[in-house]
Amino acid sequence: MMSDMSKMTLAQARDALRAGELTSAELTESCLERIGAAGALNAFVHDTSDLARAQATEADARIQAGDAPDLCGIPLGIKDLFCTEGVPSQAASRILEGFRPQYESTVTRNLRAAGGVMLGKLNMDEFAMGSSNETSVYGDAVNPWKVDDRALTPGGSSGGSAAAVAADLCIAATGTDTGGSIRQPAAFTGIVGIKPTYGRCSRWGIVAFASSLDQAGPMTKSVRDAAIMLGAMAGHDPMDSTSADIPVPDFEAMLTGDIRGKVIGIPREYRMEGMPEEIEALWSRGTEMLRDAGAEIRDISLPHTKYALPAYYVIAPAEASSNLARYDGVRYGHRATLEAGEGITEMYEKTRAEGFGAEVQRRVMVGTYVLSAGFYDAYYNRARKVRTLIKRDFDQAFEAGVDAILTPATPSAAFGLDEMSDADPVQMYLNDVFTVTVNLAGLPGISVPAGLNGAGLPLGLQLIGRPWEEGDLLNTAYALESAAGFVEKPAQWW
Amino acid sequence: MLDLTYAPPKPKVIAGAKHDWELVIGMEVHAQVASRAKLFSGASTQFGAEPNSNVSFVDAAMPGMLPVINDFCVEQAVRTGLGLKAQINLWSAFDRKNYFYPDLPQGYQISQLYHPLVGEGEILVDMEPGIARKVRIERIHMEQDAGKSIHDMDPNMSFVDLNRTGVALMEIVSRPDIRGPEEAAAYVTKLRQILRYLGTCDGNMQNGNLRADVNISVCRPGDYEKYMESQDFSHLGTRCEIKNMNSMRFIQQAIEHEARRQIAILEGGGEVVQETRLYDPDKGETRSMRSKEEAHDYRYFPDPDLLPLTIEQAWVDEIEANLPELPDEKKARFIRDYGVTEYDASVLTADLDLAAYFEDSVGAGDGKKTANWVINEVLGRANKAEVTAREIATPQANAEILAMVANDEISTKIAKDVLEIHIETGRAPAEIVETEGMKQVTDTGAIEAAVDQIIADNPAQVEKAKVNPKLAGWFVGQVMKATGGKANPKAVNEIVQARLEL
Repeated sequence: MMSDMSKMTLAQARDALRAGELTSAELTESCLERIGAAGALNAFVHDTSDLARAQATEADARIQAGDAPDLCGIPLGIKDLFCTEGVPSQAASRILEGFRPQYESTVTRNLRAAGGVMLGKLNMDEFAMGSSNETSVYGDAVNPWKVDDRALTPGGSSGGSAAAVAADLCIAATGTDTGGSIRQPAAFTGIVGIKPTYGRCSRWGIVAFASSLDQAGPMTKSVRDAAIMLGAMAGHDPMDSTSADIPVPDFEAMLTGDIRGKVIGIPREYRMEGMPEEIEALWSRGTEMLRDAGAEIRDISLPHTKYALPAYYVIAPAEASSNLARYDGVRYGHRATLEAGEGITEMYEKTRAEGFGAEVQRRVMVGTYVLSAGFYDAYYNRARKVRTLIKRDFDQAFEAGVDAILTPATPSAAFGLDEMSDADPVQMYLNDVFTVTVNLAGLPGISVPAGLNGAGLPLGLQLIGRPWEEGDLLNTAYALESAAGFVEKPAQWW
Repeated sequence: MLDLTYAPPKPKVIAGAKHDWELVIGMEVHAQVASRAKLFSGASTQFGAEPNSNVSFVDAAMPGMLPVINDFCVEQAVRTGLGLKAQINLWSAFDRKNYFYPDLPQGYQISQLYHPLVGEGEILVDMEPGIARKVRIERIHMEQDAGKSIHDMDPNMSFVDLNRTGVALMEIVSRPDIRGPEEAAAYVTKLRQILRYLGTCDGNMQNGNLRADVNISVCRPGDYEKYMESQDFSHLGTRCEIKNMNSMRFIQQAIEHEARRQIAILEGGGEVVQETRLYDPDKGETRSMRSKEEAHDYRYFPDPDLLPLTIEQAWVDEIEANLPELPDEKKARFIRDYGVTEYDASVLTADLDLAAYFEDSVGAGDGKKTANWVINEVLGRANKAEVTAREIATPQANAEILAMVANDEISTKIAKDVLEIHIETGRAPAEIVETEGMKQVTDTGAIEAAVDQIIADNPAQVEKAKVNPKLAGWFVGQVMKATGGKANPKAVNEIVQARLEL
């Protein structure tokens, strides 16, 4: 029984907690037990079980007192990118070795205020840079889905979050998404992940990768769970100048499943050359499902799509090269040991060479290059212009009456760990081809599990919504989820 | 308002070995915004605090920390812009200037390269009565200050104090309209005066509150006029920038040295290399800090953590409506309303407190006489003691003393004695005069008796006086002496004249 509790969805657990059918202490213990047995997934990288137990006890008291917000007593996993007070928060990087912030990120503080229980910190790609969770200082996180001998990637960068939710190590988890880091791992592990509109969740206290693209969001077992958890995470934060002062509606209440008359756009530019047939087929099935649910399907054009990936891989590294300058060994984290006679320049060089992994170094160098005198206009400014055009493509589609856009979430199912290690880095970047446009345009996007591929691995579809209309988007996703009827779970091998 | 007319000063000419050279100078002044909190964090800006005590998580660039603009600093910069008659940009934006240094925790300085808050303005730099230079302001942008690296506390280690990190600065950039070392110093003086009037910068150069980077080039007479006509910089020489000067004296010395260095290079057939230099006041020379090739590539780009800064015209209007009277206006008003000379008006308006002190001292009295009194008597003594006028004598005391002089209650000589006693004891002048019996004797009976006595005692002098009427002065002096200086000299003089039948 104990081990089954953690398999609940957030909504189920909430209702059971409120009904007194179980306690948060029991539920938390159940999760901790599963986490303890799931070392092979390498999803949780910092254990906060003592804190979790204390928070569960507090949550039970609140529930008893009848003061129970939706999240109260729900055991959650937190991506290592979130600064959590007194708890190691190192963005899966050696350079933040030993760093325990004295502050709590706004999103995790919101979750805590809602009674959420933090089980521990989750694995991820270093500084959220990666699509396979292979750049982590903690080692690879492993996908609980497995169809042969190969260990598969859970995707990235929120790979630990995806693996943990898919393997029922926690009820739900936080993720962050700069170019697809919530949606791609969600698709690879058969769970739901939403990247809200840029500005919906505060970035305060989340280690920055690319400030104009980063957004936090929930990774959950169902669309309903995503709606509930997003409501708790979101909200205006005066400490983040880019946080929007817009009310957060009751997203769950908007899940009617009724999408009759909604216009769903199918962008022809997302039909990429060489796209696997099973992805194509899934996309068509998804389209049919929405049509059957009463939506109007419309072919649309987003003409600048093909420039999105290159633009993204200019803008994101540019911002990252500047955001990561603060990791210099002077004030916190890793500092290299110096030889006699070495000075500040050597300290910077050695510290950063030792502290950052290869992918982070690559992006810092790319970013530095594209911002350099003489290249700025050719790369960075051009990429910004492309970004404006991509946003305009979406704006025009929405102005023409489109309510949401359906695309594949990823160009493939989960691939094997190490499989890409010799490939050109650009091959890895291609994972983001369907997701980066959404970050560039600041729109909400959700990945919904929609079926299995021939080998038995989950595949996801992405829905893209109008800015600030996550409620509407979640409702469309809810309809898609219901129609797809995806209930498969990975067989436990770990 | 009275508009003062002025002529521009002559540019400084330096005679080289071969021919004459003129100087062309532009300045970038970094003025610390007077604000209790920093530009993007709530940490205190208090000077002289325990090292690293005024540091927030944002200032220390902890992971995940984000800047939030301090609206008051923006208001101060807008106020400064308005005080310099500048264009206020309702839309501006912040950029990151990237470089590594331990006292720059973020690894970048948040500044405004592409879209500054304040555009073109001007400053009238007074040189002497009737002579002033109008210096054009190119822009004012807001930026963060860096912390302080300390390299001389330990042989092996350097230390960093982040108290100043993130403090708001205004960088006030002039056009190359300054034509000599004295003008450069006068420019900074005038700018500081305006900032202090506005209350937007304390202007304390010793605390690093106001620092200047000076761009200097030299050209042949006539070239500058060609530049002014065309705004084409190719008429001017290659410039060097001297960084971070915090004293008027050093600014002047550095300009002088740098100009001579450039002239020597040019006359020797060489070329001036554009570079950043530092002034060494001990050696009296500038030396290269980094050349153009070594110059940092700052990789400026718009700060994605901050939205563009948009402000409302109505807010700007409100700030403008509440601007204080500025130095030029005050000076003109003093000349007009008090009848003081331009020179005296300049002295009295040099700082806001002195101007208020003067006006309080005038009270219902005579402006011109009060100006003379404040400048010659009070300021003279205050300057000698290296204190402010207010610290030695109250404006009420001045008003009282001058009123007593005007009413013939005391002579101007006695007035100075009263001031001395007031300075020493703080006692009120009227009380001093009363208690010390310093009141002028205006009782003609008493004066007549004294005069008669002197005449009776000095018959020989009386005879001489009849031949030489100038000797009347001797009698007046004797009477004044006999009355302890308290007799009204005018009355004494009249009575002496009458009694001697002159």
